[in-house]
Amino acid sequence: MSIIDQLAAIEQAALAALETITTSDAIGEWKSNYLGKQGAIAKLSRELGTLPSDQRPAAGQRFNAVRAVLDEAFAAREATISQAAQQQAFGQDAVDVTLPGRLPVVGRLHPSTRVLRMITDIFADMGFQVWESPEVETDTLNFGLLNIPEDHPARDMWDTFYIETAPGAEKVLLRTHTSPGQIHAMRAHAPNPVRVILPGKCYRYEQVTTRHEMMFHQVEGIAVGQHITFSDLKGTLIGFAERLYGAGTKTRFRPSYFPFTEPSVELDVECFLCKGAGCRICKQSGWLEVSGAGMIHPTVLRNGGYDPDVYSGFAFGMGPERITMLRHGIDDIRWFFSGDERFLQQFV
Amino acid sequence: MRIPLSWLREYVDVTIPVAELAERLTRSGLEVDSIEHIGGTQAELPWDPALVLVCNILEVTQHPNADRLVLATVEYAPGNTHTVVTGAPNLYEYKGLGRLTHPLKSVFAREGAVLFDGHVAEKVKVKLKGKPVRGVMSDAMLCSEKELGLSEEHEGILILPADAPVGMSLVEYIGDTVVDIDVLPNMARTLSLVGMAREIAALTNQTLRLPNPAVATSGADANATFKVTIATPELCPRFTASVVRNVTIKPSPFWMQRRLIMAGMRPINNIVDISNYVMLELGTPNHTFDADCVAEAHIVVRNAHADEQLKTLDGRTHTLNPSHLLVCDTTKALSVAGVMGGESSEVSDRTQNVLVEAAVWEPTIIRRMSTAFKLRSEASKRFERGVDTEMLDLAQRRLCQLLHDYADGVVAPGMVDVRSVPVRDVTITLTNAEVKRILGLDFTAAQISDLLTPLGFGCTVNTSTSLEVTVPSYRRDVSHTADLCEEVARMFGYDNLPSTIMADELPTQRTNLALEREHFVRDVLSGAGLNEAITYSLTSLASAANLDPAEADATNYLHLANPLSSEREYMRRAILPTLLESAAVNLRERGSTRLFEVGRVYHRRDDAILPAEPLRVAIVMAGQRTNASWHDAVPETVDFFDIKGVVELLCERLQITSIRIAPSDADYLQPGRAAQLIAHTGAGEVVIGHFGELHPDARERFAMPTVRVAVAEFALDTLLELANVPRYTSISRYPASSQDLALVAPVTVSAETIAASIRKYAGAALSSIELFDVYTGANLGEGMRSLAYRLTFRSSERTLGDDEITKLRAKIIRGVEHETGAKMRA
Repeated sequence: MSIIDQLAAIEQAALAALETITTSDAIGEWKSNYLGKQGAIAKLSRELGTLPSDQRPAAGQRFNAVRAVLDEAFAAREATISQAAQQQAFGQDAVDVTLPGRLPVVGRLHPSTRVLRMITDIFADMGFQVWESPEVETDTLNFGLLNIPEDHPARDMWDTFYIETAPGAEKVLLRTHTSPGQIHAMRAHAPNPVRVILPGKCYRYEQVTTRHEMMFHQVEGIAVGQHITFSDLKGTLIGFAERLYGAGTKTRFRPSYFPFTEPSVELDVECFLCKGAGCRICKQSGWLEVSGAGMIHPTVLRNGGYDPDVYSGFAFGMGPERITMLRHGIDDIRWFFSGDERFLQQFV
Repeated sequence: MRIPLSWLREYVDVTIPVAELAERLTRSGLEVDSIEHIGGTQAELPWDPALVLVCNILEVTQHPNADRLVLATVEYAPGNTHTVVTGAPNLYEYKGLGRLTHPLKSVFAREGAVLFDGHVAEKVKVKLKGKPVRGVMSDAMLCSEKELGLSEEHEGILILPADAPVGMSLVEYIGDTVVDIDVLPNMARTLSLVGMAREIAALTNQTLRLPNPAVATSGADANATFKVTIATPELCPRFTASVVRNVTIKPSPFWMQRRLIMAGMRPINNIVDISNYVMLELGTPNHTFDADCVAEAHIVVRNAHADEQLKTLDGRTHTLNPSHLLVCDTTKALSVAGVMGGESSEVSDRTQNVLVEAAVWEPTIIRRMSTAFKLRSEASKRFERGVDTEMLDLAQRRLCQLLHDYADGVVAPGMVDVRSVPVRDVTITLTNAEVKRILGLDFTAAQISDLLTPLGFGCTVNTSTSLEVTVPSYRRDVSHTADLCEEVARMFGYDNLPSTIMADELPTQRTNLALEREHFVRDVLSGAGLNEAITYSLTSLASAANLDPAEADATNYLHLANPLSSEREYMRRAILPTLLESAAVNLRERGSTRLFEVGRVYHRRDDAILPAEPLRVAIVMAGQRTNASWHDAVPETVDFFDIKGVVELLCERLQITSIRIAPSDADYLQPGRAAQLIAHTGAGEVVIGHFGELHPDARERFAMPTVRVAVAEFALDTLLELANVPRYTSISRYPASSQDLALVAPVTVSAETIAASIRKYAGAALSSIELFDVYTGANLGEGMRSLAYRLTFRSSERTLGDDEITKLRAKIIRGVEHETGAKMRA
């Protein structure tokens, strides 16, 4: 057999052997058997010298070609084998991805805090800044300066907790609304324009039920300046409603009554649960009350230090707990202040 | 205010469907609370027009086999009769009289009609089916009010007026719709049918029809027989009185009773019902006295004498004082003015002549008295909100007419009329500029006039930009231009006004750093795995004492004058007690708790009537450190170092450096596991608060299980003032080198002492120090402890050489040994 024939035989045998190899050990052995310095091809190549000189270049080229073929086959096979080995290792390392993960221990903010932040953020974008005022107030600030004199029937709108005080001393109470903050804020700013939002806890002398709490949060906002109109109030509240409930949310403005605003208004938004068709949550009306508001009463403006003939302003108030309850479908307000983690853990 | 539409239609045409009317009313400030249908297809119990009919009872005979049942022969359509078995006691008197000579109208229900079951308390619908009753076929019935859903009354069948048309369906005869409206305190004018009709007329472009009763009079003039003296003119702007003689007390007519019931009042007798009817119709509360009980026929309105007594109609005796206002005669008190009548002059079965009072009282005095006597009535509600002085004439005429027509009274001519305050018109000048300034929309004076006139305002347009508005007597709530702007907006429609973005100057914007940091604290603590709670600001001394018995001193607390319960009676001075109550529930329900609260506490001040309201943060952690899972079936439980870790994290995130932690002797913490946070401020060292493990005694007082409960409460105001902005330190490009150092010292030498000493001697090259092992064991000797630190050295300028590190290590060991007495562990 000629060298070339022998080479062809080696090539065929090598390729056939490679086909059956499945382990990295065996492929190493194959490589040294065929392509190593002592391998079959190397050994055979030493016989090239026995060829006539004119045949040598062609034979040399042939040797190189076979080496190239075997190198390539080797690389391909090696890749296949190492891939298979990796696949096997992955298989052994696989987990049931439906097993529960390792949860970081993370706490939750109170849902009222979340909603308060949403509300204050929305109004912050409209230039309203947060202003805080005391929870324990005088009767004068909670009522008198807000145009709610003693013995006024409107006092029925606020059932009040009073603090025991010495006989004859000024009456002290737990604020029934954040509105005393209006007076504080106006007096701090007058005669400059003011645009603030007043969040905080309020208290009502009310039996606690699924819908009524003795303690709750309120967010009140006021804007006072020389060019503030009822139309601005509408624009501001519509802007708020669209941010909170989505663009295009339908609104309804109803005349209402608060002693400290004139004209007074109640803002309803279309019930987002039934889209206005009427459901249990909106008491079949198709509307949800979200805010009481109005143009600040001239007497209140004057009490705040502004001349009502020159300055005008609006005020609005809303209850974050009510908004939270509607947002999350909470049917019992008593959970809010229970500190029960089965409740608190349900919110983001 | 309940408005039956059939009654309303007497004063105004209702031209739009009731649902649309309700929407218009709601959008004009009269919020419709409910629409109640009586008898019609939308009613809770619809009366089938073919099966529930007006009938006439022709004859009543004894049931042949039952003593307590009768057979009634009824005509339910002209010429059609039917026999009905009934046990109605109010038919017994007609038994065996043969063919009745007077009409006796009732309600006939035929087989198939659906009615309420009269024998059960609830409203259960039943379909009428024919069956024999004691041998007589019963396939129809005469109905009680309860069976028709009109009331709870089931004592007898409903008797209709004699002129009720036989064969007419009941729904056509008395079916109705009642609209219930929430009337706001400034809408007193709508607390009557006429007032509501006036508003509806204005809203729907219709005309108001005021009643105009004609009264036939005879006998002596009221002014000749009765005298009225007002001793307190400022409290009684107007007082009128009429005299009606020879009245007969009996039930009021059916239609009046129906209207009163639908409006939410209970019929009593004709005199009381007429009084209530006129109050509901015209909004003028009034009172009827037995005229013969008025001594010397002289009414005196005056303040009560000290300790004067009056027994009111409800049987209660009130002890009065000079702040109370009475209607009296010359010898005694007759009634609490505008609030409730007295027993001595009450109209009774023996009453022949009545004196009818219609007056207007100063609202404040009425409110004070109705509050003081706990007598809130329909009358006091109206007086408190203001009654129209100019409606009294019509009210008196209406009362007299009804007493004549339905109590057979003889009306005396004339009316005693005392006015303490002259009628005075309120006129307001309104400019379109003012309307624009408040509402933001341009109206001409003529447009404004067009909007206000239908409500009864008198408008005189001066120029195209200004008008004079005269306020009608029933609109005393209007006194400013702002009030008129509201009326303009209301009539124009709030929803029709533009909505604009504020164009006014934007006030100077300031950063509220304290609030931002407060938010940040909430974020840090929730990020540390704590759930935010908000607990009540109101608590009890018992709860405060659960944490620390020394805290139960009532003199330190703000105390409610009118608490709702003994659990919420005092304003909290600390957050932990209420937070621990919540934690106890969580431990019971979930086996662990991780809570924090940021909120105010309330501290009395001797020099001010209002308390200080400092901001606090409180933390409670107990039970398993993480949630049990297949990764960790039994997690370790929380102890001192968990709360300390949170405190350290909080201080680090706030970049508070001027602070130290020291042992605490707070009574509510377990000794040896109690620490305090101390700040160095300009004013020296200040204790920010305590933290540690709750004392087992306190834990038991809160009924918590036997686990370590880690707590903290800090003055957050102070803490936030110490916060800093982080300063960047450059990151070295050179490699680090670390050294472990185990030092043995008595346990009385605090870990912080040793760490501080290491830092001191290591100097600037030390980039971090980490305590990685704490060991105590017999081999170290009694009371000794080994602390193992890993020190990392790194220079920002060069690579530290081995010999440099070795020298530094030796220096640290020498220094620490010298300073603290610690020795290198062998």
